[in-house]
Amino acid sequence: MFCFCRRVWRAGRAYVEEGLLKIVVLVKLVPSSEARIRIAADGRSIDPADVELLASAYDEYAVEAALQLKEKFGGEVVAISAGPDKAAEMLRKSCLALGVDRAVLVRDPALDRTDTLGTARALAAACRRETPDLILCGKLAIDQENAAVGPQVAALLDLPHVSVVSNLEPSSESAFVVHREIEGGMEEIEVSLPAVLTANKGMNEPRYASLKGIMTAKKKPLDTVDLAALGLDAQAVAPKAILVSLKTPPVRADQGIIIQGESAAAKVAELVRLLFEEAKAL
Amino acid sequence: MPGTILVFAEQREGKLKKSVLEALGLARELAAGAQVVALVVGDGIGSIAGDVAKHGADRVLACDDPSLALASADYLAPVIAAMQSEKPDLVIFPASALGRDLAPSLAARGGYPLVTECLGLVRVGDGFEATKSMYGGKVIATWRTAATPTVATVRPGVHPAVPAGDAGVVEAMTMIAASTGRVRVKRVIQAPGEMVDLQEADVVVAGGRGLQEMKNFGLIEDLARAVGGAVGASRAAVDAGWIEHHHQVGQTGATVRPKLYIAAGISGAIQHLAGMRSSGCIVAINKDAEAPIFKTAQYGIVGDLFEVLPLLTAEIRRVRA
Ligand SMILES: Cc1cc2nc3c(=O)[nH]c(=O)nc-3n(C[C@H](O)[C@H](O)[C@H](O)COP(=O)(O)OP(=O)(O)OC[C@H]3O[C@@H](n4cnc5c(N)ncnc54)[C@H](O)[C@@H]3O)c2cc1C
Ligand SMILES: Nc1ncnc2c1ncn2[C@@H]1O[C@H](COP(=O)(O)O)[C@@H](O)[C@H]1O
Repeated sequence: MFCFCRRVWRAGRAYVEEGLLKIVVLVKLVPSSEARIRIAADGRSIDPADVELLASAYDEYAVEAALQLKEKFGGEVVAISAGPDKAAEMLRKSCLALGVDRAVLVRDPALDRTDTLGTARALAAACRRETPDLILCGKLAIDQENAAVGPQVAALLDLPHVSVVSNLEPSSESAFVVHREIEGGMEEIEVSLPAVLTANKGMNEPRYASLKGIMTAKKKPLDTVDLAALGLDAQAVAPKAILVSLKTPPVRADQGIIIQGESAAAKVAELVRLLFEEAKAL
Repeated sequence: MPGTILVFAEQREGKLKKSVLEALGLARELAAGAQVVALVVGDGIGSIAGDVAKHGADRVLACDDPSLALASADYLAPVIAAMQSEKPDLVIFPASALGRDLAPSLAARGGYPLVTECLGLVRVGDGFEATKSMYGGKVIATWRTAATPTVATVRPGVHPAVPAGDAGVVEAMTMIAASTGRVRVKRVIQAPGEMVDLQEADVVVAGGRGLQEMKNFGLIEDLARAVGGAVGASRAAVDAGWIEHHHQVGQTGATVRPKLYIAAGISGAIQHLAGMRSSGCIVAINKDAEAPIFKTAQYGIVGDLFEVLPLLTAEIRRVRA
């Protein structure tokens, strides 16, 4: 069993302090993957009516990984989200109720239409106050699908990062060995702490909240901070990439042809003909 | 006057990614008279740099160093050096595991605008406009950047490659920054290239719960082999342990955009569609005529996959022979 030494990076001077693993998990509130997505009247946002909001799917793996590490090695898990007031509810239900110790909601109107870098700047500032050994987040948020915030938080904090991690194990007091998915394979990577890891599916099986967990979550600390409290202003999170419009993908005219035929063989022959001659897909 | 465009010409194990040639094609189109510069990073990459030079790059920067044998975060240092020497107004990375890592890091370090997973990219005013799929393919979004340089990752399979032509100039670049050593790639557990890369494949044949057991994935593999494609799977098949997760297509798996996607024994849940609905042509094989996959497919066969798949494999082999 390892005893984690907390490396605190403050004012550029690293020092080692006896202690336990401190983990920050970044969790984003997003529409459920089942939700029907309708474009709002402004043409560039989602109509919030009847859209169920949840913690993004991959963030659940990050939360679970943090809780398992805490159970094994001791320490503290803090969940941080930048988002609307509703994200507070999600932090209680999907983080505190599962065993996360504390939560921080970064809530500021200037963040509403920011880009990944603006979000990352706010989250990096919130992480800096916590001086964690490990920052875990999802590989991608299932709303805008950028897969950028994790690596950007790492870059802003000048920390190493590994993304799309499906397995993690401590290899010493100050390093983890992780598996990272790449095209058609896996890399085994050792990364020094403090570090940022982004979670892939397959990392673990996220737990459900127990009734007791839900009750205790109500009493756990959940702080709301604005940008000023983090030493930032609206300028710092002004988007450099701006979402200008949303459209529903075009419906294709050739969709939904069911191939008819006397027998399976006849249907297959017709399909192959269509693929070669009509669709030119082969 | 538009500025230089820098393309990160990713190679792995001495093989250039197909998506790099597509990125060069896109860069060529956007260059409008300006230079396209490609950057190749790795160990022993001379011939790759030569290849890149023939496919649309005016100049190729080759950062060749034994310490760069394995793709890693250390590849960021040569990218930053190229940014400084070339002052591009656009940097294009393939939306690969490596590109998805380097692009956001670069944007954060430089304070540059980032657009990810681009399906389209055009110049607008002083910046760029990018389209991308969001919310599991339920919407297509347009993002605009004003400041330059803009950093972009571009999805494979969306832009035609540049055919080989006159060769640009290859310049050696000396390795500038030593590795911080904080991220150490120990080994590649399954060498990429041993399998057909799901994201770059022209054809993907995917199987789901309808296959009933692990050994039946052989039917999918046979068809994939017959068409020279990659094997995909639904989450149900992955969760059942029939196939590894890196074959999973969908919201919590890979997003693919092949010319042809064949789904067998897959119902077409919204999370699966998220990963494949922008494929060129979708074929569904399912015994349930009401399965939602048929709404997204161009061509559907209502039937038993155990009967249909072997016939399809044989028929394609016959036509191709
Ligand atoms: C947050 C979240 C993320 C998810 N991410 C993903 C993801 O990334 N990818 C993904 O695929 N799913 C994902 N899912 C799961 C998804 O909702 C579905 O459960 C899953 O896609 C179903 O897989 P399936 O189509 O193989 O199985 P089923 O839905 O069980 O469908 C099996 C199909 O096989 C057909 N069939 C059966 N026998 C035969 C036969 N002999 N011949 C022909 N057809 C036959 C049946 O008619 C049926 O349509 C996710 C779910 C959630 C909640
Ligand atoms: N607003 C946010 N609040 C908390 N975490 C976030 C936020 N946005 C992104 N993240 C984290 O970064 C990951 C990748 O997000 P993205 O780059 O938006 O795809 C998510 O899975 C979260 O873990």
